[in-house]
Amino acid sequence: MRPNSDRTKLLVMTGLAALALILYIVVGLNSRNWQYALSLRVPKLIAIVLTGCAIAVSTVVFQTVTNNRILTPSIMGLDSLYLLIQSLALYVFGANSQIVVNPKLNFALAVVGMIGFAVLLYRLLFRREDHDLLFLLLVGVIMGTFFDSGSSFVQMVIDPNEFATLQNRMLASFNNVNTDILWIAGAVLAVVLVYTSRYTHILDVLALGREHAINLGIRYEAVVRRLLILVAIMVSVSTGLVGPIMFLGLLVANMAREILTAHYHKYLLIAACLISVLALTGGQFLAERVFNFATPISVVINLVGGLYFILLLLKESRA
Amino acid sequence: MHNTVLIILLISLSAASLLIGVSKFSLSELVSGDDLVTQIIILSRIPRLASIVMAGAALSISGLIMQSLTRNRFVSPTTAGTMEFARFGMLISLIAIPHFSPLMKMAVIFAFSLAGSFLFMGMLKRIKVKNTVFVPLLGLMLGNVIGSLTTFLAYRYDLVQNVSTWLMGNFAMITQGRYELLYLSIPLLVVAFLYANKFTIAGMGEDFAVGLGLNYQQVVTVGLSLVSLLSALVVITVGRIPFLGLIVPNIAAMYRGDNLRNSLSTTALAGPVFLLAADILGRVVIAPYEIPIGLTVGVCGSLIFLYLVLKGERK
Repeated sequence: MRPNSDRTKLLVMTGLAALALILYIVVGLNSRNWQYALSLRVPKLIAIVLTGCAIAVSTVVFQTVTNNRILTPSIMGLDSLYLLIQSLALYVFGANSQIVVNPKLNFALAVVGMIGFAVLLYRLLFRREDHDLLFLLLVGVIMGTFFDSGSSFVQMVIDPNEFATLQNRMLASFNNVNTDILWIAGAVLAVVLVYTSRYTHILDVLALGREHAINLGIRYEAVVRRLLILVAIMVSVSTGLVGPIMFLGLLVANMAREILTAHYHKYLLIAACLISVLALTGGQFLAERVFNFATPISVVINLVGGLYFILLLLKESRA
Repeated sequence: MHNTVLIILLISLSAASLLIGVSKFSLSELVSGDDLVTQIIILSRIPRLASIVMAGAALSISGLIMQSLTRNRFVSPTTAGTMEFARFGMLISLIAIPHFSPLMKMAVIFAFSLAGSFLFMGMLKRIKVKNTVFVPLLGLMLGNVIGSLTTFLAYRYDLVQNVSTWLMGNFAMITQGRYELLYLSIPLLVVAFLYANKFTIAGMGEDFAVGLGLNYQQVVTVGLSLVSLLSALVVITVGRIPFLGLIVPNIAAMYRGDNLRNSLSTTALAGPVFLLAADILGRVVIAPYEIPIGLTVGVCGSLIFLYLVLKGERK
């Protein structure tokens, strides 16, 4: 019976997400402005959906692989790393080089850098037998700070004129979606999602823990490394499109786990995607149309997510 | 590292700090008493030097006191949220009492950072975790939440620019007349020295300290007040400088041990030395522009912090 009730929940969530998407597209349209409004809204909406799915799937996969509910890719500083790679590329190659000017090449470079780091991270942290969750968390948070201040540092060193021309593209946000890479990001994400969907059963087994997974015949190390590379690609997609949102992944992954009764990854991944799309579209709708851009949605997500994170930490410490 | 080495470093770096800058002059011009040169020195260079030295000492001593009271090497005004609370207080004072004197604002900011420190200590007492890594994590996240709240309010009241100024500590804006509040940190540092033994005993744990006849609550209150006042002073004059209070006491403790009587002076010297070096680096890298001190220290500080944590794990 359980999967059935989960299916109903998924249907309800799909309905809500679709409603939010339609509201975002339709509200405020009239016969005169519809062409112009749609030309703005549709790319933005596509970016939001792509980002939402990328963040949701990457977080759920990352949490299953690391076997915890607190650690997420963005808390480990992967978002900030993307920005650092971009700033370094601009500094090293200059504003006129193909690597910086050509959005596709630029995105490809960033993805390669991220994959390199994912492999390194795996070597450093997950190969240890006795990895302690809190230790990993602290290291991740500090690395995030380092990447953050590192990229600001590099941006300061860059010639202000060079920097200004590229600022918009590099520092994407929800109000400034990077539409240059929309199609390539969409294509990359589609491939990654299809690939991940073949792993849902393996993820179910991985959730049992390292020892059980190995006993049940999973080639643990190879699988985990491959999954971490997928996570790195998804983080590049989301950060490249709208910039870092630290706590969204934490919120949606945990909400999906709370709402669903059975934790099959087949459903868990879909649910997380739907919640994420619903939260982002709904939030963006409220921010743009109701609050008139008074507050960026990422600030609200960080506020709520930070509180939730503290709650999780306190719970963890009592256990 | 002997204190004499640190003193020599401090003096030479101070001299360098006075001589480096956009307007160049030589030592002979300085000695001959050129009017323009004297003005630059008095209006800009000396205030800058003095504020760096005081801020460096204030933040590292704050970190040392906090580490002693919480018995955790990874606690500091950055990793306990104190600095974020001070920034939050700054915003509140800008919204609520924009026309009041700096001293009144200072009082508000102090109240907020003190409340923040006590909140953090209260949380620590409640959870009773012995895990050294958990405590800074909790503090960083608490700071994160308060930081988001500050940004949220700042957007509401159109004060985003003001708030981001203090996000990144910067000595470039320091001139005569804009930093004198920092001199208040000197008597506070003297109090810290007088209490050094008591902090050391309090750092042995509440039960043990009370057993030795120490008024534990009072010492903790004095310690947290000192930390909050010092952090508030730095935030209001210079802005946020991350990780300084964390790494300097740790490095000092490597050489001088955990007795505050010994490590306090080393920490008070090493803080300014570190900050001066970072400041000079930030001024040289992209001269004639400069990189805010908050960034330079953020980059070096997070790397050193990472090293300390990884090293602690290996033991």
